[in-house]
Amino acid sequence: MTGFMNLLGIWLSALFTLSIFSFLYKDNPFYKFAEQVFVGLSAAYWLVNIIYSIMIPNLFSKLITDFSGNLILLIPAALGLMMLMRLHPATQWISRYPIAIMIGTTAGISMLRYMKSDILNQVTATMINPFAAETTGGVIGNLLLIIGTLCGVYFFYFSKKQEGIYAAPSKLGIWFLMISFGATFGYTVMARISLLIGRLEFLLGDWLHLI
Amino acid sequence: MKISAGLERRLIYSILFIAVALPLLIPIGWKTDISGYTQIAYDLVEHAPEGTIALISFDYDPSTMTEMQPMAEAQIEHAFKRNQRVIATALWPMGVQMAEEAFGKVLLDYPDKKYGVDYVNLGYKVGGMVTIQAMGRDLREVYPTDQGGTPYEDIPMLNEVRRLKDIGWISSLSSGTPGLKEWVMVARDAYGVPVTGGCTAISAPGFFPYVNEQRQLYGLLGGLKAASEYESLLGRIGSATTKMDAQSVAHMLILVFISIGNVKVYITRRRKAQ
Amino acid sequence: MKRSFPLVFAFIVGFLVLLAEFIPHRPFSQLISTLENWFMIIAGFAILLGQISLIRVNSRIISNKEHDWQYHLAGMISFALMLIVGVLWGMREAPGILGKGEDIALWMGMKPFDYLFTYAYMPLSATVFSLLAFFIASAAYRAFIIRGFESNLLMITAVIVIIGRTSIGSMLTGWLPESWSFWHIPNLADFIMEYPNTAAQRAIMISAGLGIIGSSLRIILGIERSYLGGDK
Repeated sequence: MTGFMNLLGIWLSALFTLSIFSFLYKDNPFYKFAEQVFVGLSAAYWLVNIIYSIMIPNLFSKLITDFSGNLILLIPAALGLMMLMRLHPATQWISRYPIAIMIGTTAGISMLRYMKSDILNQVTATMINPFAAETTGGVIGNLLLIIGTLCGVYFFYFSKKQEGIYAAPSKLGIWFLMISFGATFGYTVMARISLLIGRLEFLLGDWLHLI
Repeated sequence: MKISAGLERRLIYSILFIAVALPLLIPIGWKTDISGYTQIAYDLVEHAPEGTIALISFDYDPSTMTEMQPMAEAQIEHAFKRNQRVIATALWPMGVQMAEEAFGKVLLDYPDKKYGVDYVNLGYKVGGMVTIQAMGRDLREVYPTDQGGTPYEDIPMLNEVRRLKDIGWISSLSSGTPGLKEWVMVARDAYGVPVTGGCTAISAPGFFPYVNEQRQLYGLLGGLKAASEYESLLGRIGSATTKMDAQSVAHMLILVFISIGNVKVYITRRRKAQ
Repeated sequence: MKRSFPLVFAFIVGFLVLLAEFIPHRPFSQLISTLENWFMIIAGFAILLGQISLIRVNSRIISNKEHDWQYHLAGMISFALMLIVGVLWGMREAPGILGKGEDIALWMGMKPFDYLFTYAYMPLSATVFSLLAFFIASAAYRAFIIRGFESNLLMITAVIVIIGRTSIGSMLTGWLPESWSFWHIPNLADFIMEYPNTAAQRAIMISAGLGIIGSSLRIILGIERSYLGGDK
């Protein structure tokens, strides 16, 4: 029976895969069906996971096993229920409280973490001795790193119009950004092709047993 | 002969399909070089002492598993090979299943590894950066039980782990947010735990600035090629390596398409000028 | 009151988080620890809100028999099926209402929830995103046209990286002597990623970081209020 269920599963996977691929020809009922099934399964997966990963271990389990010791958990539970008030227009305003708490927490933590990781540490990483590299290529690279970072940051300064000589570092910054976008495009091609290879490997290997 | 836009499009799709399928059917066996970023990530695990407790966060879903799953399997295998213990967590809900699949595959070669002693799957938690920050203070508060409902205190390997600082190294395999960036910001920059990781090739260029003298990131596995490089360093031909032939051929095809497109536009412009 | 009190809450919470970073002792450390744990629970309810909203939208489409309502019905059926099997028998190691589902896992090979995930959700998710490979091939043919110096720069870099990240790159220039190793395509690609790309990405990171600090401060101080929604 397990063998049959496994085989059925592989054929089901192949059917769904080909249904999605059929979109490449044109939009059709198979694709629409597969798309909506994907949405439904995805939503259900999230919901089941939330129940088993967060609601039960972090809330209900604690309240059931030791209610008096975990009374304080009634506060986030209440805030969570207030969040659900968003569903009805008359009670929507109640959901602003838990949203404000979440947004406030995230804003505070983001501010601190981005300040340290994305600003201070990145500026420190740019303040290097370019001539300390072992090879000529390394020295040139370090110089490019410093100049590129400075010119790139200069480009993003929009508070004053950049004209004449003041536009020169901006121009250089754009060139560095273009190089970066080109590299990103190259990597994007790699990423997208990889995903296709995975699906074809399934179709040719697991389904048709050709590889 | 003038070809309609629709037919042109389908021709392109068909050629790409064949170009990717053929090397899978008839493998070529090309080799690739190892990049510096992959080597740094490998060295972090290689130089960690035996018995180190590592944390691998599965922050991706099946849409990117072709790139990410080989990385996961390679890193778990590397940790097991070095007799290190692995805690699996997930900031994406589907990461839990991805972790189970990865462990399932690696354990076929390491049947002596025991759940709860050598590895554990703590499951998924929502919250991203906030959750990682909470893990930095008290891991047990965030994960009162493991994936199967076993209390934290009853899992032997977790007796030595109270907070993130008790972990030897962290690897985040991520395909978006929350993921590697959050782990670097909190686990590395706030708590000082060495962080390495992998990401999809699209995100890789954005993470390279973290590989710096401050060691915000210890190397980076960017995409399928990096996964294949890691497998080479482990001395095996894994699922990533077998796909590299198809990857190479497809890349060349994309360049051919770009060239043909540019030639076509050039000819059209010249005709208009005349 | 409906708008000003939430702003006060956002300020208090945001300020507490900032304060706890500089005073990591009691009571601030305990307060923040509690807040972080509550955050997870509230976020769980937020996801629940999203699911209920999805059910409402789809139910409306189905009951009003709007365009393509049959497909939305299929979506809801698959949602209900996965939810029911997940709640009854659980997922992987987690037990459900009817226990660990060992009996059903015996004849299915795995729990029904995991079966649907492995043979339905996984292929659907992977295939939807693999369509992008075809679109990028089509875009490469139609849209990536060299127009000026800057697009030239972009294209040259892209070509070097595309070739350099494959086996063909190693073969094309593998014959170069050691003194010319810089021009070996994979090395050139690595140089581009390590230096000019890092410089530009770092500039973006620093600028975006400054922007995020600005917007976080605006949120904490109550200047930014868009997250509260409309005036009701």
